[in-house]
Amino acid sequence: MPRYFTDEHEWIDVDGDTATVGITAYAQEQLGDIVFVELPPSGTEVAKGKDAAVVESVKAASDVYAPITGEVTEANGALEDDPALVNSSPEDAGWFFKLTIADKSELDGLMDAAAYKAFCDSL
Amino acid sequence: MNAPNKSGWKPAMTEGGTADGPATVTGNRALMLEEPLIFEIGTTGTTGVDLPEPQESATRLGSFVRKDEIGLPGLSEPETVRHYTRLSRQNYAIDLGLFPLGSCTMKHNPRLNEKVARMPGFLDVHPLQPVDTVRGALEVVNELAHWLIELTGMHGVAMTPKAGAHGELCGILCIRAALEARGDAREVILVPESAHGTNPATAAFAGYRVEDIPATKEGRVDLEALKARLGPDVAAVMITNPNTCGLFERDMKAISDAVHAAGAFVYCDGANFNAIVGKVRPGDLGVDAMHINLHKTFSTPHGGGGPGSGPVVLSEALAPFGPLPFTARMADGTVQLVEEENAAEHDHARAFGRMSAFHGQMGMFTRALTYILSHGADGLKQVAEDAVLNANYILRSLEDVLDAPFGPSGPCMHEALFSDKGFADGFSTLDLAKALIDEGYHPMTMYFPLVVHGAMLVEPTETESKAGIDQFVAALRSVAERARAGDESLKTAPHFAPRRRLDETLAARKPVLAFDGPCTPGGTPQLSEQGGS
Repeated sequence: MPRYFTDEHEWIDVDGDTATVGITAYAQEQLGDIVFVELPPSGTEVAKGKDAAVVESVKAASDVYAPITGEVTEANGALEDDPALVNSSPEDAGWFFKLTIADKSELDGLMDAAAYKAFCDSL
Repeated sequence: MNAPNKSGWKPAMTEGGTADGPATVTGNRALMLEEPLIFEIGTTGTTGVDLPEPQESATRLGSFVRKDEIGLPGLSEPETVRHYTRLSRQNYAIDLGLFPLGSCTMKHNPRLNEKVARMPGFLDVHPLQPVDTVRGALEVVNELAHWLIELTGMHGVAMTPKAGAHGELCGILCIRAALEARGDAREVILVPESAHGTNPATAAFAGYRVEDIPATKEGRVDLEALKARLGPDVAAVMITNPNTCGLFERDMKAISDAVHAAGAFVYCDGANFNAIVGKVRPGDLGVDAMHINLHKTFSTPHGGGGPGSGPVVLSEALAPFGPLPFTARMADGTVQLVEEENAAEHDHARAFGRMSAFHGQMGMFTRALTYILSHGADGLKQVAEDAVLNANYILRSLEDVLDAPFGPSGPCMHEALFSDKGFADGFSTLDLAKALIDEGYHPMTMYFPLVVHGAMLVEPTETESKAGIDQFVAALRSVAERARAGDESLKTAPHFAPRRRLDETLAARKPVLAFDGPCTPGGTPQLSEQGGS
């Protein structure tokens, strides 16, 4: 299952026409302890590069952008009770939402793991 | 969330190695007094006032008659006074020391302001009093309005907004009204990264879509990026000047010209006006609307000490749309209120509405006007100069131990910005801030602005003397050196505060906001602690 990354520090796992989105280990490290996550309800249409979720830490509240356009099919309810999952397991159990992909060509231009690592190292 | 505090849990007290000596029965440490919640002190049987028993009378409340005790604490007057005085001793205030909270402008509140605000003609006025009985108060409002217009080089002013963000909303609603009046439905407001966080919130609240404009490497608005984004859908640009990086937006006039050429308006966040008052007039820079935080620039109390007040100065293009009511001097020399009934006579029929029911924060108006008149035009200019000088002194005194990301951009304005670059691995801005508490200072603004990693924003204001700043610099230098050297004791700071480091994450995730325990017998403070971890 290929995983892509954005320069806004979201990751996206693609499985056929569906995808899972979250924020990267680097992002949660920068944010510090996460205290609240606001997720889009199922059925929300999200657009590539536009606000999709909000994550709040002890330091700041930040927007999470949709890596690609699509319709949200499921939000990770576990984050409502335990936002710390984003800190402890950012790229696995701490996923944010799943969506159906509207246009796969939008994946072009996203980074793979090696490119994202190089990008973070350059920051 | 918000679970009542049934267990009576409180954060642990100072422990281990710092509070040497035996435990005390009271929990007090000499003059450092431990204070329970007011609910824990008071029995409901006590009262501070002695009222005659009410006569028996039939109730008409029906099913709304109270059936249970309401559980309010009952305290005598001395118990009440002591409770709040003890709490106040655990607080930090501008009256105690330097309060370097960047972007908040915690400056001294002159006592002359307080004296004037307590004069009978200003203190006990009511907004519904007949106008003839509040002539002096109206003169104050009108005189302050005049000064704000003069100092900013603008055309009009709305005095009614109650604080900075309320003023922002007022300004954006004026812009919306002006656009609607010319049948121009624009949907986007541009907000640079270097703007205050309230700006995008205001724009969104007013129904606009918000788009970011990036900052340049030197911490200012990217003029070319802004020009490229301007178009027929852009209603306004909201700029904070001086910006949150503590820098003056040098391209302000070019920005305004470009924005106006595109048919949009310029909103300036005037929260940092204290850095330029008497030096630059925003009206000359092409600003259409700007709020002024009287509780910052003009020294009225804030931060728990008093209400804010955010008058908005308006350009000629926007002034006709400003909210009602406002004051105006009549041909006979008296000051009158312009309200809905007489707006047309004053050529103000296009007002967008009201920001508040009445005339604004009278108590702040008297204080701000006192500050202005006691300083005079030359004194206000010196306020800005001293505030900027003090901030630059701090910036240059510390840039060898604290990274100043925009230090190379030239002098800062009224606040010095540092980053956590250079700290030992695992040490953060939070650690440094906590250590500053041990040194007896309220920490600076942390982690804002977001464009700087681990940001520390320090604003000394004009209040501080050189000796006061030197001591602060020495303290900050010491904790910065400890952060660079990886001094482990920094991670457990504060060591000398009544409470050690609090669990901010737990406080945010599971805040305990309500008390739901039994009141204990009066005068027996109960220290029910279950420890900090």
